[in-house]
Amino acid sequence: MDHVIEVSGLSKLYRLGEIGTGTLSRDLHRWVARAMGKEDPFLKIGESNDRTRKGSGDVVYSLRDIDFSIGAGETVGVIGRNGAGKSTLLKILSRVTSPSTGEVRIKGRIASLLEVGTGFHPELTGRENIFLNGAILGMRKSEIRRKFDEIVDFSGVERYVDTPVKRYSSGMYVRLAFAVAAHLESEILIVDEVLAVGDVEFQQKCLGKMGEVSKGEGRTILFVSHNMAAISTLCRSALILQNGRIDFSGDVNAGIERYVRSSKTSTGVVDLANARHHLCNFSKLRSVMLMDESGVVTSTLFIGNPFRLRISFELFEDVRNLEIGWCINNIQGVTLVGYVSPWEGFQTRFDKGVHEVECTVPFLQTLPSTYHVTVWVKRMGEKIDDEVERAIEFEVLSRDLNGSVTYFDKYAELNMFQHSSWTQINAGVS
Amino acid sequence: MTSKKAHEHWDLKIRPTSPLFDLHLKDVWNYRDLLALLVRRDFVSFYKQTILGPVWFFLQPLLTTVMYVFIFGRLAGLSTDGLPQPLFYLTGIVAWNYFAECLTKTSSVFRDNANIFGKVYFPRLIMPLSIVVSNLVRFGVQFLLLICMLFYYIYFEGFNIEANIYLLLLPIMIFIMAILGLGSGMIISAMTTKYRDLAFLVTFGVQLLMYATPVIYPLSTASPAVKGIIAANPMTPVLEGIRLGLLGKGDMSMASLAYALVSSLVILISGIIVFNRVEKTFIDSV
Repeated sequence: MDHVIEVSGLSKLYRLGEIGTGTLSRDLHRWVARAMGKEDPFLKIGESNDRTRKGSGDVVYSLRDIDFSIGAGETVGVIGRNGAGKSTLLKILSRVTSPSTGEVRIKGRIASLLEVGTGFHPELTGRENIFLNGAILGMRKSEIRRKFDEIVDFSGVERYVDTPVKRYSSGMYVRLAFAVAAHLESEILIVDEVLAVGDVEFQQKCLGKMGEVSKGEGRTILFVSHNMAAISTLCRSALILQNGRIDFSGDVNAGIERYVRSSKTSTGVVDLANARHHLCNFSKLRSVMLMDESGVVTSTLFIGNPFRLRISFELFEDVRNLEIGWCINNIQGVTLVGYVSPWEGFQTRFDKGVHEVECTVPFLQTLPSTYHVTVWVKRMGEKIDDEVERAIEFEVLSRDLNGSVTYFDKYAELNMFQHSSWTQINAGVS
Repeated sequence: MTSKKAHEHWDLKIRPTSPLFDLHLKDVWNYRDLLALLVRRDFVSFYKQTILGPVWFFLQPLLTTVMYVFIFGRLAGLSTDGLPQPLFYLTGIVAWNYFAECLTKTSSVFRDNANIFGKVYFPRLIMPLSIVVSNLVRFGVQFLLLICMLFYYIYFEGFNIEANIYLLLLPIMIFIMAILGLGSGMIISAMTTKYRDLAFLVTFGVQLLMYATPVIYPLSTASPAVKGIIAANPMTPVLEGIRLGLLGKGDMSMASLAYALVSSLVILISGIIVFNRVEKTFIDSV
């Protein structure tokens, strides 16, 4: 394949600690060493960027010897934990900062979207800001004029286009800003987690627009996000960064699975000691734990897979008619589905003490997105005794369900998936 | 494979360092629309939500002139080379303001725009350039005020103007002020990204520099010992020259103007070089 981005031996060095103290002496030190033809003394101290361990030097590599290449029309999701070097990589690619060593070669125009609405001026009107922001992103005036109607249309703020943007709601602001960016004509587009802002409906619209762009116009996209669902629907391949090095590069599903596996056990268990509880007359919820089908604790699940929820609670007295229940809510707080122990004929007699129960769901129905679990305990037919809302959060990733690629993000309003069988009754009858 | 790569054409190569004289001027030209829009932004946002709006462009130099007439003219009794005091001071103020604004605004360009610079690439040089052009618009408006006052003195006060050829040098003098402010501003801006102390020095330094420039006094009244120092200031021939061309009295020779032009160009070029060095990594140190 024809490569449009080639990165070789790329490293980026950062000095830790306070900047501004002793920089003059350090600069002199550096300068003397360089003048005498020696290597920069501060390039040697670098070590890998693992923020959990305290390093011995005060210089770290945010990126270290990165090599990769991206072909024309590819959509690549850049994945990694905080501090893995994702943002640094994007900053270097978008020329906001320059690398310490190595080289990046790029073919074609490159546009980066590290933030929406860069350079928006609050006093200027929407119209003026479209032009200003477009120009900052690298568009010519004529180009913006040509696309102006399209931009306004996409943003949906037509009525306010001649109002200063400081009067806009934050949602309108983001809509307008993204609309400008979405209409950039560049062969390569770099997108950071800009979609974290804005309402869900608009997020979906943006993802849709980006997907359309990459498929329709053969544009190359580099997309950074913590939203695995967005990455899996939008990207074909993934690049995993870990402590400044490339951990994985290849197919998106394999990449996400690898990343999810490495991030397991961290957030799949939630201790409810400090959560907001309900009445707690005779019971108290202690913890919840989410596990995938093989029993590995995780907060990331794949659509259609079995999963388990383990609930631990304490009873202050013997209870004869106990009901344990939990439900899944989407980010807007709408309850989608509930699971209640007596419905399945589960035991209702519990003695005083700490108990742990496990509920297995054979098929995860919710579409790729982020969800919360609410857990409760009560006597059957009575009011809730203890309940914890948003006890645990989990993310659902898309997966190939029937051998055909499905873009779940286009159907966000549907929330749930259930298998159904389809039969043709009439074929081409006129 | 490697031999094939060597022949491949790449539009852009991002490397740790670029050649010293790679000034990205072509890139700057490609972004000329942005320059125009930034100037417009500065202009529009300046008077939005103010009652007097663009009147502020006139009010500031006028009030300063009144103040100078009172303090330096009446109280201190400084000479104005026989010129009417308001005309003398206003000329100095309008010209000095342009240079000082270019210098101070440019010197804080990295700090003021850290937000934008940290998020998107465009040739950084566009920002200081837009400052110089925005201020040029302002200078133009204030210069009109000066012309109005000049006509007032000619028609109502019987001020005798000796029209002279030096007025034709005005564009060169504006050019010198612009590039001198731009160049030194860029050098300071590049240094302030690392050594913040300089930022405090700038406003203070510009104030001091004004007294080392014939703004409130004519060069002709300076004692010979001080004159040498003042003449070394590239702004001196500019101010004297504008007065010479406009009001007919000033101590400027073509040699001193040539000196000012050459030294400003040197400062401008070193400014651009330093600026381009720093822009690549400055975002790591703010």
